[in-house]
Amino acid sequence: MPKWFLPLVAVAAVMFAASPFLIANAPYEATMGLVQKIFYYHLPSAWVFLLSAIVCGIASARFLFGGSPRQDRLAYAAAELTVLFGAIVLVTGPLWARKAWGVWWQWDVRLTSSLMGWMVAWAYLLVRKYGGPGSDKLAAGLALFGMANVPFVYISVNYWRTIHPATSVVPTLPVDMGLALWFAVACFLLLFVLLLRLRVYLEEQRARLDALYLSLDE
Amino acid sequence: MRALVLLLLLSFSPSVTFAQQPEPQQPKQTDEFVPISQLPPQDQLPAAPLLVIAYAFVWLVLFAYVVSVSRRLAKVQHEVQRLESDIAKRA
Repeated sequence: MPKWFLPLVAVAAVMFAASPFLIANAPYEATMGLVQKIFYYHLPSAWVFLLSAIVCGIASARFLFGGSPRQDRLAYAAAELTVLFGAIVLVTGPLWARKAWGVWWQWDVRLTSSLMGWMVAWAYLLVRKYGGPGSDKLAAGLALFGMANVPFVYISVNYWRTIHPATSVVPTLPVDMGLALWFAVACFLLLFVLLLRLRVYLEEQRARLDALYLSLDE
Repeated sequence: MRALVLLLLLSFSPSVTFAQQPEPQQPKQTDEFVPISQLPPQDQLPAAPLLVIAYAFVWLVLFAYVVSVSRRLAKVQHEVQRLESDIAKRA
């Protein structure tokens, strides 16, 4: 592992431990009250969910057209993180919606396209695990589809009638709310970088293990 | 006679007929502040448990994932070391 890894793990741990205090001190939203504070983890995890789908898609495209195993390992790691952060988004969102909207789930365009992106990432992992030889390229194609879904997820609230808040909410936040939000965003981005590096390292070790088995056979 | 015919026509005209029907009852609208304590139980959903569940879920899932990756990594590294020592013995 690189030298910067452990110090950044310590920084991320301190930031995550501090984040509940900043969130608790952020002002209450006027109409939703306490439950709106789910927003401070829901939104950053949603951004990281979309970011990891993009990383997975770009790495898959480079693997498909360049054939680099390094890009394949990066795509595999990013797909797993897409599932992880997608799960966070799809659980925290309904918990917030139950109070704010009165329903756990609504089949509107933002929620449905997010669920679809999450299912594509699951499909990627299942194809990689059970698809047999050649599944890496098939999964890479799925990752491209997952990446193409990302802009649709992001802009959907601005073009379709939906009860989900639009993308214009974040720039209009008051300073105290914005401070807590951007701190949480920094936490989640740092965590994403660290988890991605750790997961890629696992794939590197697996590749090394495969090479050792091959050398034993020879 | 003309007055009688006019009276008869007026009495059978639609406007008179509708006027005689009872007006449908409109649901009573709430146009004033209602304290939360006076809302029906299904509308008094507490926010705190939802918030606690959301944050607990995030922390638990992240922790579980880090543990999962660490265990997988430890297993692979152990296997790598075992194979490397086997290869060194053969050499």
